[in-house]
Amino acid sequence: METEKYNNTPQEPTISLTVNGQMHTLKVEPWVSLLDALRDHLQLTGTKKGCDHGQCGACTVLVDGKRINACMTLAIMRDGAEITTVEGLSQGQDLHPLQQAFIDHDAFQCGYCTPGQLCSAIGLMQEGKAKTLAEVQDLMSGNICRCAAYSNINAAICEVMGIENRGGSL
Amino acid sequence: MNRITYSKATDVRDAIQEHSKTDKAQYIAGGTNLLDLMKVNVMRPAHLVDINKIGFDFIEQEADGGLRLGASVTNADTAYHQHVQQHYPLLAEAMLSAASAQLRNMATNGGNIMQRTRCYYFYDTSTACNKREPGSGCSAINGYNRMHAILGTSADCIAVHPSDMAVALRALDAVVCVEGPSGKREIPMEAFHRLPEDKPDQDNTLAADEVITSIKLPPSKYAKHYSYLKLRDRPSYAFALVSVAAALNLDEQQHVLEASIALGGVAHKPWRMPEAEALLIGKPATAANFRMAADMLLSTAQGYGHNNFKIELARRAIVRALEQAVNKQATL
Ligand SMILES: Cc1cc2nc3c(=O)[nH]c(=O)nc-3n(C[C@H](O)[C@H](O)[C@H](O)COP(=O)(O)OP(=O)(O)OC[C@H]3O[C@@H](n4cnc5c(N)ncnc54)[C@H](O)[C@@H]3O)c2cc1C
Ligand code: SF4
Ligand code: FES
Ligand code: FES
Repeated sequence: METEKYNNTPQEPTISLTVNGQMHTLKVEPWVSLLDALRDHLQLTGTKKGCDHGQCGACTVLVDGKRINACMTLAIMRDGAEITTVEGLSQGQDLHPLQQAFIDHDAFQCGYCTPGQLCSAIGLMQEGKAKTLAEVQDLMSGNICRCAAYSNINAAICEVMGIENRGGSL
Repeated sequence: MNRITYSKATDVRDAIQEHSKTDKAQYIAGGTNLLDLMKVNVMRPAHLVDINKIGFDFIEQEADGGLRLGASVTNADTAYHQHVQQHYPLLAEAMLSAASAQLRNMATNGGNIMQRTRCYYFYDTSTACNKREPGSGCSAINGYNRMHAILGTSADCIAVHPSDMAVALRALDAVVCVEGPSGKREIPMEAFHRLPEDKPDQDNTLAADEVITSIKLPPSKYAKHYSYLKLRDRPSYAFALVSVAAALNLDEQQHVLEASIALGGVAHKPWRMPEAEALLIGKPATAANFRMAADMLLSTAQGYGHNNFKIELARRAIVRALEQAVNKQATL
């Protein structure tokens, strides 16, 4: 049985998101993903839409300090949250050490996965669970790189984390 | 995705009440399965009730020595929880083998055991699927069925339940605590997921409007000899083709005092067979005995073509997981 009350009665609630330290108030329909809110409503297009199904990691951002897939959550569910996207990693012209390491190690080719790789690796560093290359590989497996720059991505992450870049298992 | 309305419940009664207002409502927790299915129009709720802030974000010890996992705690926070790591390492291992770090940061304990099958036809609205559309037929039985079930299937559905966490919970005899319009009840893991029979649209025995509030683990007894062996196409970030949660209690002579073996990737629910476990009691923990138990566990297994390999794969995985459980150090 269809209940009229709830069918196609669009609400357009107002939410607030603090993105890279800046507070934004925006109107979003309830079905808008956090990813679409960032890209389409706030024009922060650094965060990429690869699969839109939680499979590739290109949309990885930090929400309240934790890395998540922005495509698999609704913006409205994140009302009041603090979000860091790739645009928020550098301090002005000063790159985040991980960004510099990605350049030094040639850790990208097309660059499409890179914003997600960077945010994911920062989440990884904050979690503090990876102590070996094999653990870095396992805990970064949610970020697919179609260009297969994996060995250079791992080298960059290991350098910044002070992990020996040897003996991986995957 | 279809148009929806949304509300954020403030406590469990509020959540149930919101959910009861329409039969097109759906609870949303991490969203990692529901939103995925909504984007492909397989699930089309009209109203979402957000249950992340209804007070089930705790992990606490019970008076009987058990542990209660709040339904809203994320899979990451649960798997890395110190008490879980120490006393329920089988569960931690299974949970950390699932999905990716990002997804585990969102996925919740309630949502995990509620997640739906990854059957390709279930996801493809252009094909027949009894689970998605009762009565339309099953495209997998005579279709491509490499990932499908070998145990407990029916003529209407051969899907598998994809959760790793649920397999470990089944091996550990966990209990699912739920609350609904008519009050609270507890469902043992054994009775939580269903076999497909002639109602494959029903994954589990949760009643209308009921919400999972927590999952109860009995006092730990398998913290020493355990293994979660997950076999898949990639060593990380892939669903299981076959998985085994194995747990043993051994005496000083390495004879089996207690055994628990649950299989994933092979059935519509985590698969256990008490008779096969009983076969091991009092016997030496040897590969030959493990093989006997494996044979019994798989005695009714049936392949559907592309998944025939799972029968032998499961047999070997059971033996290997039990061997790893005996000598846990060997797998570290
Ligand atoms: C790319 C990818 C790979 C994955 N790999 C794995 C894997 O290897 N192993 C594995 O086990 N899982 C895997 N998963 C699945 C993942 O673990 C589940 O999506 C997740 O656990 C679901 O939890 P959630 O909180 O996000 O649920 P949601 O998506 O919020 O909800 C799922 C369902 O449960 C219902 N629900 C949620 N909470 C409750 C509650 N408390 N009471 C009643 N109903 C509730 C919802 O209504 C919905 O129907 C993978 C997912 C993706 C996208
Ligand atoms: S196996 Fe089950 S889920 Fe898959 S097509 Fe058949 S009925 Fe649908
Ligand atoms: S776009 Fe979110 S995981 Fe691929
Ligand atoms: S650099 Fe091209 S996808 Fe990773």
